[in-house]
Amino acid sequence: MSEDEILARDTAVHGAATSGEFTLEVLRCNPADPEDRPRWQSFTLELTEGMTLFIALTELRETQDPSLQFDFVCRAGICGSCAMLINGRPGLACRTLIADLPSPTRLAPLPGFALIGDLSVDTGRWMRGMSERLETWVHGLDTERDPARLEAPMEPEVAEAIYELERCIECGCCIAACGTAQMREDFVGAVGLNKLARFHLDPRDARDDGAYFDLVGDDDGVFGCMSLLGCDDVCPKDLPLGTQIAFLRRRMARQAL
Amino acid sequence: MSRLDTVGDTLVLAPGDRRWPAWLDLLQGLSGLLLVLFMWAHLFAVSSILLGKPAMYRVTRFFEGSLFFDTPQPWLVSLVALFIFVIFVLHTLLALRKLPSGYRQWRAWLVHMGGMRHEETSLWLVQVITGLVLMFFATAHLLELFLHPSNIGPHASAARIASGGWVLGLVLLLSVEVHAGIGLYRLIVKWGWFGLVDTAARRRRLRRFVYALVAFFLLLGVTTQMAYLRIGKESAVRDGLRYVPPGSAQIVPPLSDEAPLRISQTGEEVKR
Ligand code: HEM
Ligand code: SF4
Ligand code: SF4
Ligand code: FES
Repeated sequence: MSEDEILARDTAVHGAATSGEFTLEVLRCNPADPEDRPRWQSFTLELTEGMTLFIALTELRETQDPSLQFDFVCRAGICGSCAMLINGRPGLACRTLIADLPSPTRLAPLPGFALIGDLSVDTGRWMRGMSERLETWVHGLDTERDPARLEAPMEPEVAEAIYELERCIECGCCIAACGTAQMREDFVGAVGLNKLARFHLDPRDARDDGAYFDLVGDDDGVFGCMSLLGCDDVCPKDLPLGTQIAFLRRRMARQAL
Repeated sequence: MSRLDTVGDTLVLAPGDRRWPAWLDLLQGLSGLLLVLFMWAHLFAVSSILLGKPAMYRVTRFFEGSLFFDTPQPWLVSLVALFIFVIFVLHTLLALRKLPSGYRQWRAWLVHMGGMRHEETSLWLVQVITGLVLMFFATAHLLELFLHPSNIGPHASAARIASGGWVLGLVLLLSVEVHAGIGLYRLIVKWGWFGLVDTAARRRRLRRFVYALVAFFLLLGVTTQMAYLRIGKESAVRDGLRYVPPGSAQIVPPLSDEAPLRISQTGEEVKR
């Protein structure tokens, strides 16, 4: 397809759905209220040009139901707060165009994280626990720093490779997309494995493969992953998760031989 | 306290060694790969019947040690069956670790799979189901071969398939080829071989290739089964006569425990 054709198709698709009514079904639940049971609630709203799920939810909260809970900060796919299940698949609300969705569309909170209420979940606590378990920080740096001393230079290619993996926004989509993580709570998931792959690249990190093996060389780590690659397919930052997990698996297997 | 010192210092794994998970994953993949390669080779051997009875006979004799022995040595077949059975049991035990266990995990898995509508996630369930089918049915098949290793040959095999063996044959064929195809795909993306896991497009292409491979083996398998069914209808097979290659004179054990056969110089089968 040529660029023009793609453009024409996209305008046709988006054009068709920029007007009219749209139905959102939201899984509501308030865990703070012991009486409250999870239930689907239907909302209808008027579509506008370029409307994202985030815009739609904000409008619903402003005009229809002020008690609706959902998270956002950046509205630009940077903070990772607005991840939710969109028709069963994880994605960022702020980066999803309503025009790309069928009506009605069902929204549910990300599974695998503590529910705060409605579409809002506590990914932060999970991510912090994972980071502490996997020690996702540079090890071996002198704690006493001499500000007058020059930092050791880094090859631009290495810096770029690290930056590529550093782009993870901890949105939790890969955990919600992972059959393994859904079955086994202690699995560190693609987000954790990707982080270790990132520190593995970092020349400032003094840890050797043995130390990494201590962290992910088991069935809660890389050997628990069944390579279903849901993580890779949903990651909103398009991180090369499959490649990084396979890399870690090879390194850790070699370490065990 | 550092636990590092137990990593990589010996090849012998003590019960508490933290290298076990890695080894189990390696063994699961290795046993799976061996089984895939064996199953393909096995299908090629069985399908030699498509080239005619003499070809299948030669293949059978080869596995009965014709390179080294003058007379058929069916225990060699038993030996191979035993070896495959051990690998098979090993692989099954290792793979069973990965199965969802209990209501909570099954429900989490099924809800997840239904919502994701994701090809590879769904393929995994196919892998689990075909694996479980194999666990029961392939065991039956291997046991049969192990106990009656001499019951292989252009006529003997045809007789078994014609007298209802094709049902088990089809179930095994379908589940083993599908399972092997998905398993091979999984191995390639799991370990990142040939960089095929690197992009979604490459993975898609690899899946298509694997599907085509599975289709080829299914077609080959079904054609082969039909050839055996056809032979199974021949009168000599129905009479329980063993296949004898033309131009040979030898004593061949009969299919059943009846009187042995004497074969004339012209290759005719004579009942004593
Ligand atoms: C001739 C028979 C078989 C062949 C050729 C075969 C082949 C394979 C291969 C190549 C894999 C990929 C290995 C890996 O991911 O590390 C695999 C995985 C698997 N096999 Fe088999 N297998 C056979 C029998 C069985 C049996 C009897 C079961 C019993 C339950 C089984 C269950 C599984 C499961 C559940 C997986 C997925 C494991 C995972 O995702 O980590 N397989 N098989
Ligand atoms: S790896 Fe991707 S999907 Fe997972 S938390 Fe990071 S950005 Fe989100
Ligand atoms: S490859 Fe599959 S099992 Fe592994 S982390 Fe990704 S989604 Fe989970
Ligand atoms: S609001 Fe920040 S990623 Fe969506």
